[in-house]
Amino acid sequence: MNARRETMLWVAQRVTAVVLAFCVLVHLATIIYAVRGGLTAAEILGRTRGSLAWAAFYVIFVLAVAVHGAIGLRAVAAEWLGFRGEAAEFVMTVVAFVLAVMGLRAVVAVFG
Amino acid sequence: MRGMRNHPGWRAFVVHRISGVALALFLPAHFLAMGLALEGEARLEEFLRWSEQPLVIAGEWVLVMLLAVHLAGGLRLLALELLPWRNWQKTLAALAAGFAMASGLLFLLAR
Repeated sequence: MNARRETMLWVAQRVTAVVLAFCVLVHLATIIYAVRGGLTAAEILGRTRGSLAWAAFYVIFVLAVAVHGAIGLRAVAAEWLGFRGEAAEFVMTVVAFVLAVMGLRAVVAVFG
Repeated sequence: MRGMRNHPGWRAFVVHRISGVALALFLPAHFLAMGLALEGEARLEEFLRWSEQPLVIAGEWVLVMLLAVHLAGGLRLLALELLPWRNWQKTLAALAAGFAMASGLLFLLAR
C-alpha cells in the first residue's frame, strides 16, 4: 500500500465531498423545481443553453463526481470484494476518466 | 458483531455505501440521457415523454432518495471526521434520514 497515494486519495475524497455537498443541494433543488408540471426538453434547454454560469457549475459538478465516484468505488471494491493493488488503481483511473468524458459530453449537449 | 450491526452508525455506513454504488452505476445512464440533446431537442423530448411511465417515475423517486440520503450521510461523515464533537452520531443519522424523506416527499409532490 502506498501511504502517500492513500493520503492524497483520502484528501481528494473529502475535498470533492465538500464541493459535491453544495452541487447536490443545488441539483436537488433544481430537480424539484424543474419537475413541477412535467419535464420538457424546451424548458430544460431554455434554462441551460447559453448559460455560462450553469455550464461552469455542471463542469465542476461532473469533474468532482468523477473523482469522488471512482475513489468511492475503489474503497468498496477493496473492502467488500478484496479487489486491490495496481489492477484496482488502473480500473479506478479508467472509471474516473469515463465518468468525466461522459459527463462533459452531457454538459456540452445541454449547454452547447 | 451482530450488536454492532444494529448500531445506527453501522446502518448509516451501509446505507451510505449502497447509495453511493447505486448512484455511480446510474450516472452513465443519466449522462447518456442528457447527451441525447446532441441529436436535437426533439430526441430529448421523445426520451422525456418515454420517462413519464409510472415505473420510470418510481425509479426517479428512488434516485432522488438515494441522492438525498448520500448527501446527508456524507455531511454526517464530514462532521464526524472534521468537527470535534462526536456525541450526537445518532442525531446526525436521524437528521440524514429525515432530509432524505423530506426530499423524496417534495419530489413526489412536485412530480
